Amino acid sequence: MAEYRLRTPLSDEDVTKLKAGDIVYLSGTLYTARDAAHKRLVELIEKGQELPFELKGAVIYYVGPTPPKPGEVIGSAGPTTSYRMDSYAPTLIEHGLKGMIGKGKRNDAVKEACKKYKAVYFGAVGGAGALLAKRIKDAEVIAYPELGPEAVRRIEVEDFPVVVVNDTYGNDLYEEGRKQWAKA
Amino acid sequence: MRTIAYEEIVKAIRDTIIYSTTHLSEDMHRALQEALEKEESPVSRAVLEQLLENAEIAASENKPLCQDTGLAIFFVKVGEEVKIEGGSLKDAIFEGTRKGYEEGYLRASTCDCFTRANLKDKVGYNLPPVIYFDIVPGDKLEIEFAAKGGGSENGSRARVLAPAQGKEGIKEFVKQVVSDAGPNVCPPIVVGVGIGGSFDMAAVMSKHALFRDIGTPNLDPELDAFEKEIQEELNKLGIGAMGMGGTQTVLAVHIETYQPGRMCHIASLPVSVNIQCHSSRHAHITI
Repeated sequence: MAEYRLRTPLSDEDVTKLKAGDIVYLSGTLYTARDAAHKRLVELIEKGQELPFELKGAVIYYVGPTPPKPGEVIGSAGPTTSYRMDSYAPTLIEHGLKGMIGKGKRNDAVKEACKKYKAVYFGAVGGAGALLAKRIKDAEVIAYPELGPEAVRRIEVEDFPVVVVNDTYGNDLYEEGRKQWAKA
Repeated sequence: MRTIAYEEIVKAIRDTIIYSTTHLSEDMHRALQEALEKEESPVSRAVLEQLLENAEIAASENKPLCQDTGLAIFFVKVGEEVKIEGGSLKDAIFEGTRKGYEEGYLRASTCDCFTRANLKDKVGYNLPPVIYFDIVPGDKLEIEFAAKGGGSENGSRARVLAPAQGKEGIKEFVKQVVSDAGPNVCPPIVVGVGIGGSFDMAAVMSKHALFRDIGTPNLDPELDAFEKEIQEELNKLGIGAMGMGGTQTVLAVHIETYQPGRMCHIASLPVSVNIQCHSSRHAHITI
């Protein structure tokens, strides 16, 4: 279990050194998107149109924050459950996405895409929304404001704590962790 | 008759919503600390430490513990001798919910289940709540509130078993639900189990079981022992905090049955499992 500090955008070299279970502190730009935004992003790709942000090397954070109070950058901002993005994620990975941050299991198609196109799935601690918000230094809605909490935001993070769940070698922390601690 | 002002109910609900979504309840705090002491896996221990730190930050900044501030769920017991003055009880609950969520900077998470459009403009900010009313003797108004997140709700299941499946069947079903849910429901979790009644009532009871404070016993000694037996089995699954592997997956199992008599139909054994995440936001108001 290694520890890394990485800055986005991520390269193939960044992601291929990571193994399931490694702790990573991410700094730089992340983009937020949930199911509704994913649907629109994939539609843009299918139509050959430009996306609201550069997908190459990008990391998407699955989050729908609470509204910020006056003077706050962002409200509470922990991860949402990732499987709802499973049907869209492989297309984004194929087009350059290098990292996803969420919580919960991914399907085989996502894990395969992570192996084939070199991308990783990170887990953040669900329910730690107040703690994670402290690592977010700036936030701006860049697309689909009508989606409210589900709008696409550009957020700037410093030492955002995540754990590698699915790496580029087909390992899965949820499966391995459970195997290690299960008692027959 | 005792008169309770509409505005008093609105304010009590508003304040309770804001406080309980930003302050981890004492029983959950204690349960997480105990889990940290018992947890053997380093990764899960790190997660539990983050959760306790998160609770401290949330309380000191009055910031929501989790961004999913849930659907507003109410179980309301209305005393037969209570009269509400200045408006209806249902309207007061709606208004208290709207004010709590909007003025507390909580998330509006209600949407049209087909178009998925947020209901904040059409119906109201995080409206409508889910309300269960009951009428009881007395002159008090008792309101239980929970902010129920979507992640743990998505891992919940109900089924009508055959009577022959009995307690073993119940245990297997609960184990299957928790095993399938794995990391998705934000463990360590509280598992509410509703047994008996009708198909729908089992689900309602499994939700209500989540309101019981962790560490308080089931008043039915047989079920108290059954709860502990199921919890022990579930913790053998190895799921751990946030599913990253560990020994502390379930903080408590709470069973509710239909009273009087732990009733169900002679042909059925309804069982429902409602999962609650480690952020279990619940509160009790008596007016």
